[in-house]
This record gives sequence, C-alpha cells and structure tokens, in this order.
Amino acid sequence: MSIRMRAKEQSGLVTVKALVKHPMETGQRKASDGSLVPAHFIQQITAKANGEIVLEAQWSPAVSKNPYLAFQYDGKKGDTIEIAMIDNEGKTFDGKGKVK
Amino acid sequence: MKIKKWLASLGLIGLFAVSSVSAKTDPETDRKSFVDYFKNRHSGVEMSAYMNGAYALNQAAYDEWLSIEEFPPYELALGEGEDIWNTPFANGKTYQDCFDTTPEDGLRAKYPHWDDSRKQVMTLELALNECRSANGEKPFGWKKGKIASLSAYVAFQGRGHMIQVSIPNGDALAAYEMGKEFYYTKRGQLAMSCADCHVYNSGNKVRADMLSPALGHTTHFPVYRSKWGAMGTMHRRYGGCNEQVRARSFKAQGPEYRNLEYFMAYMNNGMETNGPGARK
Repeated sequence: MSIRMRAKEQSGLVTVKALVKHPMETGQRKASDGSLVPAHFIQQITAKANGEIVLEAQWSPAVSKNPYLAFQYDGKKGDTIEIAMIDNEGKTFDGKGKVK
Repeated sequence: MKIKKWLASLGLIGLFAVSSVSAKTDPETDRKSFVDYFKNRHSGVEMSAYMNGAYALNQAAYDEWLSIEEFPPYELALGEGEDIWNTPFANGKTYQDCFDTTPEDGLRAKYPHWDDSRKQVMTLELALNECRSANGEKPFGWKKGKIASLSAYVAFQGRGHMIQVSIPNGDALAAYEMGKEFYYTKRGQLAMSCADCHVYNSGNKVRADMLSPALGHTTHFPVYRSKWGAMGTMHRRYGGCNEQVRARSFKAQGPEYRNLEYFMAYMNNGMETNGPGARK
C-alpha cells in the first residue's frame, strides 16, 4: 500500500485525499557531477469507487515531489476506494481504503 | 582628590551593579515567570493551546492547519520511521532494546534529560544514533532524512505524555544555565537572540510569518516544515534560526544546542508532547 489515503463523506459528497512518495523528476535537473537526472514521474492515475472509475488523470513532470492528490465524487460511507498509479518507468503504486 | 574619590565610588557602584545583574534565579522561578509572561502577553489563549505554536494565536491559520492535520504532510515520514524502528539491525537487535520505555509509553517525553554518568544532556536523536553505533550500524545524519523520520515515529507514538525535565544537581544546573544564556544572548549580524523573536515579539509578524511563542516550542518536534518540504529535527531548526540572524550555526547535537534544548524543554514542563508537527 504505497499510497496513503483518507476518504470522508459529507452530505453525499466524498472527498478523497492521497499522498504518494515519488521523486517526480522533471529530467531537467542536474546532479552534482553535472549530468542530467533522468525524468521519473507518475504518468497515469486511475481511481475507482466500488469498482467504477471516478477519476482518470495524466500527469506530467510539472507535478512536484511526493505529490498530494485530492478529488471529490458523489458517493456514500462504506464505498471502497482504489487508486492505481503508473510512472514513466512502469512502476506501479496502489492504495485502497473505505470512505468514512 | 575629590574627583578621584568620586570616581572610585562610581567604580564600586559599577561593581555592585554587575554582580546583581549576574545573580541567578532558580529554574522553577524562571519557568513560572516565563509562563506568566506569555499568559499576560496572550491573554485568552489557554495553556493547552500553546503546543500548537503560532496557530494558537491566529484563528484563520489555526483552522487552515486543522484541515491540513486531517491528512498531514508528515504521513510519509511516519511510514518511513515505523519501518526503520521495526527493522532489526544486522546483529538481530532492535531499537527498542536500547531503551527502557516504549514509544507508546512516552519515550519521546523522556528526552532531553541530564545523564549524570556522562555529565551531559541526552537528546532523543543522540540516543537513537548511539543505539545504531552500539549495534554496529552507521549513524544517520543529525538534521533530516532518516533520523527525522525515526524521531517523528517515536514522537507520534508517544503523543500526550507530559514533559517533566528535572535538574538533579549542580552540573545539570550549569548546563541549564548555559542553555538559558544562549537563549537570551544576541548573536549574528542582526544581533538578535532567540528571545527577541519568540519572547519579546511573539505574536508579531516577520514579513508574512507570525512569530510563535517560546512556550510550548519543544512539544511538537521533530517538525515537517513546508519551507523544507520535509521533516527536520530540532537542531536543524536551531541551525536555521542562527543563520537567519546571520550568525554562525553550531554543530547539531553539539553541547550548545543540547544545553539549549535542555533549557527550552524545562520551560515546557507540564505540557504534553504532540509531535511531529506540521508547520509553515
């Protein structure tokens, strides 16, 4: 469970907050020896509530390190939230939780 | 002759003046007047709110901070710290083996304290790294990264325990006095002391930032600072504070900062630890 998340429902609206540890390198930064640090960033995000997709996002290196994602959808307490992220190196991250 | 006598008597008065200024009060009197000063300066702020720093003084900032605390930025450091704490060393021993108290039982609040066998102040980070060295592991850096995550985990597990720093003997008192002197000494190009910002100007603004009151400062360390984008230890902040007034900073976990931490923690006696904190 590499994505830490919280989900709360209020008046039929669920707010999901997620935090993932990731360097989010742009590919423009130089290391101390002058060489470029290669781009390494989360590219694709899919969020599901009870198996149904509620959010899809494509990120670029413009998003900074250890990104925080928050979104809302119409839902109820007890919904199962699943977030899956894939970065440009093919590494996957996931998080799962219930709406409180 | 008359002038000489007059000058001599002036000199004598000067001597007396100097000796009365250097007369020392006892720590408990210091602490009580410290608390009373803040009670008067920020009337209406409850004692229990002081552990929240500048947020205790500004409602809007407090509300904003509460919503951040719902999902705080130190979450990642807590996860890392938990993994580090629970992973045994190469020799099979664990961090817990170095300590009599568990994090949940208030390990965080047991530091800083006076270690009479070594005649020095012990801090949590110092103890954690010495635990590593004693078990054949390379110690972490002192200010950020793994030591901060580990300290954050210990602090988080031990939230709510009371700070009760004691000064058992004359040597400990000397360390306390050194910490106190450091706190009130002006330093750096800007010639400012810790007290200049956090005592005499607490609640005032430095550009866009509100100066937090010194009362309660040690309760919420280590701290995630948005400015750092990461977790940092108290000694990291000390170094930054010194450099902010264009003074040379001292070595993290050196005697100056450990005595300073000892003094500051004593001032917070009776307050609960609530680290790690999330600050601007």
